[in-house]
Amino acid sequence: MEKGEYLDLYYQMVLIRHLEERAAELYQEGYIGGFLHLYIGQEAVSTGLLSARKPQDRVITAYRDHGVAINCGIEAKTVMAELLGKVTGCSKGRGGSMHMADISKRYYGGHAVVGAHLPIAAGLALADAYEGTDAVTIAMFGDGATNIGFFHEALNLSKVWNLPVLWVCENNKYGMGTSVERASAVSEIRQKAEGYGMPNARVDGMNVIEVRNTALEWIEKVRAGGGPHFLEFITYRYRGHSMGDPERYRTPEEIHHWQENDPIGIYNKYLVENKIAADEELKELEKKALAEVQAAVEFAQASPEPAPETLFDNIYVEA
Amino acid sequence: MARITMREAISQAMWEEMERDPRVFIMGEEVGVWGGTYAVTRGFYDHFGAKRVRDTPISEAAIVGSAIGAALAGLRPIAELMTINFAFVAMDHIVNEAAKLHYMFGGQMVLPLVIRATGGGGRQLAATHSQTPDVIFAHFPGLKVVSPGTAEDAKGLLKSAIRSDDPVLFIEHATLYQSRGEVPEGDYTTPIGKSKVQRVGRDVTIVTYSKMLETSLQAADQLAKEGIQAEVVDLRTLRPLDMEPVLDSFKKTNRAVIVEEGWRSYGVGAEVAARIYEQAFDYADAPIKRVAQKEVPLPYNRNLEQLALPQVQDVINAVKEVL
Repeated sequence: MEKGEYLDLYYQMVLIRHLEERAAELYQEGYIGGFLHLYIGQEAVSTGLLSARKPQDRVITAYRDHGVAINCGIEAKTVMAELLGKVTGCSKGRGGSMHMADISKRYYGGHAVVGAHLPIAAGLALADAYEGTDAVTIAMFGDGATNIGFFHEALNLSKVWNLPVLWVCENNKYGMGTSVERASAVSEIRQKAEGYGMPNARVDGMNVIEVRNTALEWIEKVRAGGGPHFLEFITYRYRGHSMGDPERYRTPEEIHHWQENDPIGIYNKYLVENKIAADEELKELEKKALAEVQAAVEFAQASPEPAPETLFDNIYVEA
Repeated sequence: MARITMREAISQAMWEEMERDPRVFIMGEEVGVWGGTYAVTRGFYDHFGAKRVRDTPISEAAIVGSAIGAALAGLRPIAELMTINFAFVAMDHIVNEAAKLHYMFGGQMVLPLVIRATGGGGRQLAATHSQTPDVIFAHFPGLKVVSPGTAEDAKGLLKSAIRSDDPVLFIEHATLYQSRGEVPEGDYTTPIGKSKVQRVGRDVTIVTYSKMLETSLQAADQLAKEGIQAEVVDLRTLRPLDMEPVLDSFKKTNRAVIVEEGWRSYGVGAEVAARIYEQAFDYADAPIKRVAQKEVPLPYNRNLEQLALPQVQDVINAVKEVL
């Protein structure tokens, strides 16, 4: 990687972090409604993974989708505007936090029913197999999604049809407040892929470079015609499931342990120790990210609400 | 005009559209090698091949879900559910995904998707395999729900559905596959969302669709022998619902009977009657009557099953009550 690419990964991670910290404040202040599922702590997974995709590759994820949106190239101001329900948001204020997409960037959302997007991911990959393109579909989901039928139907179909999809489990240890050990028959999620005859691996999801290198290799395995592959990234979300989480299911010590292994901190250290970037450069990037977030908030707040007369827009393509 | 079965009409619609557009393909249980459990896709696999006539596992969420994905990526899938009863295991993908993605993502997602499903009772398949749950799906904005009663409409409406950029649930009644009707030669389409007067009359308006069109037309024939001229309006599409021909007819006859195969509660009859009262109350000369399935899980025993399903005589009786 060129230095600029290293720094870009760092910038994306700190941008997601600051954007979401600001979003949490705006939520508490009442500017953001509904649910708000923060990605804080998991930034290395999406950032590393999606840095490895080619422009033709498709991406789909669950409802913890702000970071993925940024990594797919949606601007911070467009994400923030969607959070505030504004017409300038990526879903014109109709989707909110859980439903962000930009199909011009081959990012298909943002899906809020756990696991329901996984059969859809198989269908995206089916289209590429059908048309004979070399695109890969990258389907992201949490550990909680691997206990629902959709997951199993989607994995099975993808294998039966040898579809070009990389299944990516972000194992953040909890489905809402229920730990993997209490919810899943096997604690290593990757074992489920074994049952479908799928190559699989379990990888540290807190190290962005390790995520990226793994993704580069595995996306190409799929692209080469190897059929569906499965990656499990071990990660951790620092914040609650959503904003109303009582956090009775884990201890402050556990959260603290993971924060000491913060993905941004790990990467910061990596860049400095390997003399890829100086500390001051990284501090500059943080400042830049903070400024971009501030501009995003100002843009979102200044943006218009959707007009009442547009309530019925886009129910159908054909009236 | 050619006289063909509804099975042939549906088959022709798909065949012609697949010849016309390489993005159109079929996926579902036993649609390929087997030729379709209702033989609708017989011959397709040999002609179009395994890529375009795709046998799936028994996995309805994967069938509908992956069809949605393929549609989002620009293909035009026809996903077949062996029966509408199995739509319930794909319910999330039909009502929570297909019906909502276009709206919820601000119009950027387009789903040119057809879900074909066989529905209806009357073949002694007992309660889980005999349902007519069409209204459940028609409840959801974002989905189009079509259910034809004639071969001509089946072919024309299915072609429209395949060419539509909106998700369409296309419900075929299992006991209509053998029914024959005149079908125009050549390529034609029938617009989705348009009701149609299938028989002209002046004394009473019968509003119906799908299998119950056949039942209602038989009732109208018998009533005609007694000098009662029933006008029969076929809804053809449940959502979006076209009330104009219904209201025009009601304003002429001032009396209506609504006939559906599904259960009465919260049904098509309830919806259509409410709309008539809302929009043409002053024209009513008698309370509107509803004919529908008795409110039981449909039994296996032939006599009990027929007792529960709406019959020609039920329609005749209802018409005489409103006259």
